[in-house]
Amino acid sequence: MSSREAILKKIHANQPAILPLPAHFEAFTKYSSPLEKFKETLDFIKGTAIEVSSYSEIEKHLKLIFPDVKKANTSIVELGDFANSSWENSFPHSLADVDLLIIKGHFGVAENAAIWLTEDLMGQRVAPFINQYLAIVIKKTDIVSSMHEAYERIGNAKYGFGVFLAGPSKTADIEQSLVLGAHGARGLHVFLID
Amino acid sequence: MVDFSKTHAENAEKFNLDIDRTSWHDETLWMVREKRDKAVFGLPEWEQLREQASNIKNNVLSNMHDYLLAFEKNAIQNGIEVHWAADAQEHNEIVYGIIKTYYKGNIPAGELNGMVKSKSMLTEECHLNEFLIEKGIDVIDTDLGERIVQLAGEPPSHIVMPCIHWKKEEIGELFHEHLGTEKGNKDPQYLTEAARQHLRSKFLSKPIALTGVNFAIAETGEFVVCTNEGNADMGAHLSDVHIASMGFEKILPRRADLGVFLRILARSATGQPSTTFSSHFKKPREGQKMHIVIVDNGRSTQLGREDFRSSLKCIRCAACMNTCPVYRRSGGHSYHNAVAGPIGSILAPNLDMRKNADLPFASTLCGSCTNVCPVKIDIHQQLYKWRQILVKEGHTTGTKTFMMRTMAAVLGSTNVFNFSGKMGRFFMKILPSLVSNKFNPWFKQREMPKVPTESFREWYTKNRTKA
Repeated sequence: MSSREAILKKIHANQPAILPLPAHFEAFTKYSSPLEKFKETLDFIKGTAIEVSSYSEIEKHLKLIFPDVKKANTSIVELGDFANSSWENSFPHSLADVDLLIIKGHFGVAENAAIWLTEDLMGQRVAPFINQYLAIVIKKTDIVSSMHEAYERIGNAKYGFGVFLAGPSKTADIEQSLVLGAHGARGLHVFLID
Repeated sequence: MVDFSKTHAENAEKFNLDIDRTSWHDETLWMVREKRDKAVFGLPEWEQLREQASNIKNNVLSNMHDYLLAFEKNAIQNGIEVHWAADAQEHNEIVYGIIKTYYKGNIPAGELNGMVKSKSMLTEECHLNEFLIEKGIDVIDTDLGERIVQLAGEPPSHIVMPCIHWKKEEIGELFHEHLGTEKGNKDPQYLTEAARQHLRSKFLSKPIALTGVNFAIAETGEFVVCTNEGNADMGAHLSDVHIASMGFEKILPRRADLGVFLRILARSATGQPSTTFSSHFKKPREGQKMHIVIVDNGRSTQLGREDFRSSLKCIRCAACMNTCPVYRRSGGHSYHNAVAGPIGSILAPNLDMRKNADLPFASTLCGSCTNVCPVKIDIHQQLYKWRQILVKEGHTTGTKTFMMRTMAAVLGSTNVFNFSGKMGRFFMKILPSLVSNKFNPWFKQREMPKVPTESFREWYTKNRTKA
């Protein structure tokens, strides 16, 4: 008997009598303004929220925040003048020297300031992780209250890779002192657009 | 340094020799517990969430066989290769086999050799690093805390904060020696930056990545890995081969159940509303190979132990460790097991009853672990139940068995109890050194109480008659 059969057989013999699978969780908090809660939570987890009404406004902000940026990539057509947009087929390792990446997110979650991304928005799977700084654009109206609503929204969506990204990469492994930029982005700007 | 052949009590005694350090360790963990409280109290539905998480996990345990089959089927459909390992040895052999196949038998020297690993308590349990290093495979732990203990030649002392027992001065010294940082520089920002550069070069050169698994979804065949640093993603997305090792209990039925578990995991662990990255791996990247190794290693036996099976509901948040007065003042290494603290003490005897017989006794049974557990495992009850089994099966020391028998005789008879009480008070008064000596563990680090002139029973009998 293979290990697979042996393990499954033993599990079958040892598992207790069936207990019901509960219905989906419904008793969750809904915020009166998911946008305000999202901004508050993002600030708490060391990200920066900026409300804007257009992509040209985003470009203006980016030029102010990153005046010396050498290599910026984007997968957003409207930002094609500011950042390079022909990188999605390059070798993943070659993205290691990217200073800034600007991409769109599907939606945000107010309770934890996480943003749902799938690989079609990332350009490349490694892209949101390997660059020095990250900026994500989401619509102000695309913010749900909690993770339950988030998964309701994702539903049966098909993706090869997806991530809830909440704030910049961080660690507190050295005496519990918070340091941003352990491996991934050192900073996260979220542009909330009309 | 770390001696895994000694008992928890012996290791804890050594840990407590440095009083300042013990207090610092205690306070640091308590601070994390307080952060957890703040995050939890911010959610009015916290108790309902725990109940939901617990019920989902109970359902998973009762339907494990079918969920595993569904998960396997869906994962294979997604293009993932699925392996099954009965024990630690088989897990390690499977991983080694995947590596050998990748290199076509010729394992290179230098930077192209080996793997980057993100945190996986299962591989600690299986002693994968030692196994692979012996075979000539370079293994780099990429979580900052894990890299620190790896450079120091130690196992992690905590499942979420692996180097919680290290001071920044010591990390500065370690990095100076291994990574060439300035001597005497102990600034966390500076040291983290040095580690970032060091590990980035590894991510960019090593062709194989191994991650753990936080949750595996039966319905979709995807698995979720949670980190704050982004090290699992850096490794996985740059690798040619991604291996994910999981204990079979990591299964969740539906994708939407993640809504519940991602809400409770980080809040319980560090007090964050969410980990920075909750990565959902469903299919390999184009041109990449993805493997899942499903491991039993004693779990199916634990599933059959009615009193202990719910320990398999654990999501490894470590809330029970941070709150535990014994863990906080004895340190993770005292538990001589990959998973320390209260939960480790109910998991370890299942793996090796003789070797881990001391662990269920490393508790005051105060119940704080059970109160904070986000999936409602009755941890302190199970510690108590393990004690009974261990004594019955002869796994405790002769002294303990003798003491327990004596206690049973004394507490079982009113006359013997009254007589013993009188004798005790008499001798403690005229000969205090009889108990206040180094042979009495209760005398360590504390004074014995003053001897009362009479017992409560004597006082009660007297006063009740008066009234």
